[in-house]
Amino acid sequence: MNAVEARLDRLRGSAAPRAHNARTISALASNPGCARRAVMDAAGVDKQRVAAHVGHPAPFGQSQFAITRGNAFEAQVKAGGCAQLLRLLRERLRLPIPEVSYANLDDVAGDTSNKVRHARTRALLARAAASGQDAGTLFDHPLLRLRAGGRAVYLEPDLIAFQLRGRFHVVEIKSFAVIDGQADGGKVAAAVIQSAVYVLALRDLLAELGTGPEAVSDEVVLVCPKDFSNEPTAALLDVRKQLTVLRRQLARLDRIEDLLAQIPQAVTFDLEPDAAGVPRRDRRALELAIGAVPARYTPECLETCEMCRFCREEAAGSTAALGRATRDDLGGIDDIGTVLELARGSVPPADHQAEAAAAIRAAARMRGEILGATG
Amino acid sequence: MTGEMRAQRAGGAGGDGGAGRHDGARGHGGAGAVELARRAADDILGALAALSAGTPGPAPGSAGAGSAGAGEAIAGRGLVVDSPPGAGKSTLVARAALRLAGAGEPVMVVAQTNEQVDDLAVRLASLSPQLPVGRLSAADYVQTERVARHPRVTVGRQPADLSGCQVIVATAAKWASLTGDAAWPWAIIDEAYQMRSDMLLRIAGRFGRALFVGDPGQLDPFTVVRTERWTGLPWDPQVSAVAVLLAHNPGLPVRQLPVSWRLPASAAPVVSEAFYPFSGFMAGTGPGERSLSFQAAGFGAGPADEAIELAARDGWALYEMPARHAPRTDGEAVAACARLAERLLARGAIAVSELAPGGRPVTGDRIAIGTAHRDQARAVRQALRDLAAAPAGGAAGPLAAELGRVTVDTANRLQGREFDVTIVLHPLSGRVDADEFHLESGRLCVLASRHRHACVVVARAGIPELLDAHPSREPVHIDVPARFPDGWEAHHSVMAHLAARTVRAW
Amino acid sequence: MSVLTALARAQAWQAGRAQPVATVRHVHVAPRPFVFVPLALAGEACAPLAAMAGDDPADPRLLVVAQPRNRTQRFAFAAELGRELLRYIGGFPAGGAGEEGAGAAADRGTAGQGAGEGGEGERAVPPDAPQVWLPNRAGIGFTRLLGRSTRFRRAEGEHAVDPVVPVLGRWLTFLAERSEHPGSCLMLAATEALALHWATGQSPAEDLNLASLIGWIDPPAWTDGREAARAAEDPLAWPPAGPATDPGFDNEVLARLIAACDRAEAGGGEAARAKAALGEALAGQLEPAWRLTWRAIGLLRALPEGGHVAGRWEADRRAFGWHAAHLRDGGPPQPRRDSAVAAARRLDSMERAAASLAVQRALDDPLVMAEHRLAGEALAGRVTAAEPDRVITGPSGRRVLRPLVTVRTHDPVSVEPGTVLAPPGRPNQHARVESVAPLGARGAGMAGASGASGASGASGAGAGAAGETEVVLELSGGMGQRLTPAPGSVPGVGDWVCYATLRDEYQPPAGFPEPEQTPWTHGGPPRPYEPTDEDAREAWS
Repeated sequence: MNAVEARLDRLRGSAAPRAHNARTISALASNPGCARRAVMDAAGVDKQRVAAHVGHPAPFGQSQFAITRGNAFEAQVKAGGCAQLLRLLRERLRLPIPEVSYANLDDVAGDTSNKVRHARTRALLARAAASGQDAGTLFDHPLLRLRAGGRAVYLEPDLIAFQLRGRFHVVEIKSFAVIDGQADGGKVAAAVIQSAVYVLALRDLLAELGTGPEAVSDEVVLVCPKDFSNEPTAALLDVRKQLTVLRRQLARLDRIEDLLAQIPQAVTFDLEPDAAGVPRRDRRALELAIGAVPARYTPECLETCEMCRFCREEAAGSTAALGRATRDDLGGIDDIGTVLELARGSVPPADHQAEAAAAIRAAARMRGEILGATG
Repeated sequence: MTGEMRAQRAGGAGGDGGAGRHDGARGHGGAGAVELARRAADDILGALAALSAGTPGPAPGSAGAGSAGAGEAIAGRGLVVDSPPGAGKSTLVARAALRLAGAGEPVMVVAQTNEQVDDLAVRLASLSPQLPVGRLSAADYVQTERVARHPRVTVGRQPADLSGCQVIVATAAKWASLTGDAAWPWAIIDEAYQMRSDMLLRIAGRFGRALFVGDPGQLDPFTVVRTERWTGLPWDPQVSAVAVLLAHNPGLPVRQLPVSWRLPASAAPVVSEAFYPFSGFMAGTGPGERSLSFQAAGFGAGPADEAIELAARDGWALYEMPARHAPRTDGEAVAACARLAERLLARGAIAVSELAPGGRPVTGDRIAIGTAHRDQARAVRQALRDLAAAPAGGAAGPLAAELGRVTVDTANRLQGREFDVTIVLHPLSGRVDADEFHLESGRLCVLASRHRHACVVVARAGIPELLDAHPSREPVHIDVPARFPDGWEAHHSVMAHLAARTVRAW
Repeated sequence: MSVLTALARAQAWQAGRAQPVATVRHVHVAPRPFVFVPLALAGEACAPLAAMAGDDPADPRLLVVAQPRNRTQRFAFAAELGRELLRYIGGFPAGGAGEEGAGAAADRGTAGQGAGEGGEGERAVPPDAPQVWLPNRAGIGFTRLLGRSTRFRRAEGEHAVDPVVPVLGRWLTFLAERSEHPGSCLMLAATEALALHWATGQSPAEDLNLASLIGWIDPPAWTDGREAARAAEDPLAWPPAGPATDPGFDNEVLARLIAACDRAEAGGGEAARAKAALGEALAGQLEPAWRLTWRAIGLLRALPEGGHVAGRWEADRRAFGWHAAHLRDGGPPQPRRDSAVAAARRLDSMERAAASLAVQRALDDPLVMAEHRLAGEALAGRVTAAEPDRVITGPSGRRVLRPLVTVRTHDPVSVEPGTVLAPPGRPNQHARVESVAPLGARGAGMAGASGASGASGASGAGAGAAGETEVVLELSGGMGQRLTPAPGSVPGVGDWVCYATLRDEYQPPAGFPEPEQTPWTHGGPPRPYEPTDEDAREAWS
């Protein structure tokens, strides 16, 4: 595995590796067929900076209003030793939670290093797990670890865990609203898969301590503002499906060597920053390096991946750039130029294109017949 | 609370804890299976009788199948019975109807299609020739021969036409269109997982208590209207009748038929694991009890012959063609489906089973070819016609006729049907990417569970990779129980089983 | 989607310009529509930040909430928007109750029982109805939430708001709900209406950006669609068309200006200047979307209207009349969620509308019909032989007129003999398929008695495109009462004809129990909705 790590370090170059968090891990499931993304993520490359340097910065940004709102809501729910959260768990979900204590694992006597914090998390959870039934503690910001791409990564702790009847539960606090019992399905899905990452990491940790996976519930608690208010509400969500997906994608990430083997040794995404940190890498060279790792662009990438604008440019002229349904309807023919040549009948279709070509020609004939030759 | 949580999560898959679960029952079984199935059926009929009498009573012989639900059933207004493929659902429906009618309780029986109504009417009339059975039908219904043959089946437009009938069978649509307030103490709702909840709303006022029977693994009901307006509501009109029923009556017992009489020992564990992960069922017959053999040798056997021979030995075969992105009606795959059917017929396949210990030829009507789309089915039918017009072996006459009797249809239309051998055009074959429609577990489940002897899956290589590359970005909704099994996972599970049973066509 | 639309996208990419996927307009475009472009504050469920609204493209009304988290200012925004919208709606007499405008309902009390939705009563259909346009579907979502957060408010009592606020909430709710009804045009999203008529050279996901979509459809003279669409993605040149704002604008401009307003408020001075600066900045964000939405309306208006559009608009006018009457009669506001019976009724109504819309669009538009031809559900071609005066003895022994026509088509025919087809535009005529015969060179193994297998990409389509198929049809009905066809009712040799399996037939509504009869399977009868104080004072923060 050392060879792989060395290779990944070389790909990343001089920059420090990007820290993983539940979002980056769950992103593994958003386009798992993309080798480019898999390799860059495994190497901890700062994709946003790379994309910007080749002139295609991702259109992502977060409004400070949204950040403020999110932080304020979380602080409110956790205020006073998670008073609101406890009330919700008891009243809304009717969980029989006894008197609890609250442990904030943000730092350990002022030490905020990952190693120390993780050790402390581990110790506390070990004690809780060993004490059997109800240790009655809310663990805020436990620092968990997960094996991803052949190495252990620390996860930004963005959760609360609590123990009930000998089982740990994960709580995820989000600031999107649940209005009349409904919330945005995409946002809930993102929250659920992130929670699943924590469930997985918690299970890993407990497994190291000799405790089985059933000690962590596969139902997570999602806390959101209710309707148009700041009042929190809670829902239980089943993450079993997401756990399966994550397990499989993490297992695939462990086989990253297979992908690396197909990339020329010289390839690196190093931005070659100067003393002031300004990237000096030749833009064309960087483009070639990125191009050396095949991408699987779909328009959905525009919402999830920092490399999207670069990949879209690269995919221009392919049917994939027109969307999945379009590509599918065109019988899987990759190139727009080919589609149009087949439509005109100006080239004979290759054997494997015959059926797609026939359908395209029939469609072209009808469009021509209805719209006139110019259509 | 935890109980509530479980019930909600499990959805239709068994809200009443232990009852109907046979975790140890995966596998197959001979006499044990017969006993298990008998106990489960008796348990269900006993629970119905107790419900009907309105008094608590022990469900006889229910120990093995779990009797936790019997007490609850008294309090409730009905019972849900989950039936895996070929587990004797129709027999149960008929027996339950006769039992209730025999106890003096008139029963309305609800099926989803006219064909199912005819099937049930005939089955009821055959089981109990003394019992008058009514068949309600629309004005344009043309009586089928099998219905006409039964003197005790009366056809009428309105319940008033059938006043002597203790049991009346009709489609849900027909029941829903009745006017007036005729009501029945009991209803039996067949294929309840395929009925939409808004249809149940239209007919539920006509019965006091009900037995819901269906297969939770098959295709969900469907609507062309795309809206999330009702998502998360317990009465969402777009979900199945059973989902809504259980959301409002979480205490309603859910039982399970534990034995598939259709699926052979080679198929039951595969289908059970992939599509019924929480309940599980076993095959009614043991590994040696069924066999498939050929009268003629495969001279210069090509891959098609290899595939059918493997399927005859093992129960499954994956006939794998070179990876390629292809249009839906992939000509090579379509031709392969037709060719496999032709080889089965030309080789004179003989099926030996408990129904035909001396063996029975696998004729055209005992073979089905299943597809995901209608245009694929049309293309396969055309390919069969082409083969019939010029069959390769030259034995034109009888073979051509048998080819014409092969059933070719979509998963939707194969639901509830049974054949000796099925050939399945895999929904993901040749696709660039998977989507919700092609991943739907119910579709694959129907296709992979129609056979008594063997199933040959036709696909282009690359499906496991396609599944691995599939992005997981389906929306998740609050208060909507996660659907199990997940199609993605079920597909992986089936492909994993087929991997070791692959015959390359190139 | 179909291979036809997919091909149009490929052609659009090559041409650098969107390609038509419709030959007629399938939406009603009002002579005087109302455009509403809202912006919301990021991170909040439904905090209006600003809006442009009005029915005069040259004179938009700019509404600004200087402190979007301030409840009083939110309600002031709602009241102002309410007056603007009700002024517009008030211009449409709402049928059945004299000439009084629907907007007058704003002034009425809330006592009494409403008729509820769905009663197919014999109320006069209003002569016209309002039509509200948003730039995109997300805008309609915002409208729905704004309606939800205002419709339960009350004009009196402890938490009294301006009386116009709950009325606004009920109209916005009505319009947003109606926009989900297939074929309805009371509230439209410009992106969706355009995408129904043009295919661009980009993906449907990218078409959600109105500026980029119009860039493809109507690029500036100096460039092409590809360039125009890319340029439209620059939030500085083309701010997003709402309701979400550009995060860059939030962080670099908006935060500063809102803070300035807060300071000015607190300190007393400079308030007007701070507000003006904020208003100017927000107007700059809104104006492009305002102009684009009107351009979308103009582009669509230029298309000839489809034959069934007026019929669907009549259904919209009727729905408008019902809602206006419901308000006028003091009916209760729409509940938070549909009851079991209401949900099932609505689904039934939507499904019937969807089925009807699909057929009507095909009958109105040969390009839509072409999708059905590719799928083998319709065929078009030239008449090669006709026997217009053929008379046979019918089953009842009477002599009946049954002309035969032979149609030669390139289409992949999958109808089988015995199938009954209908020619678009002649709803009373039926055409029974007598025979289907492939002509000319066909690929090996393609000679099937009932024609090539059907749909797009079918194995037969390849050979079918090279060859042709001859279909003989027997006509009945729609030819007059005599034994010779009325002039023009039977096509002649050389005519181009189309026959389809589609038929626009009226489907009656399904019967459902009354809500108070809701069965035990669906939770039993629901408690009827009573507006509560709780609802009226619901937090909006």
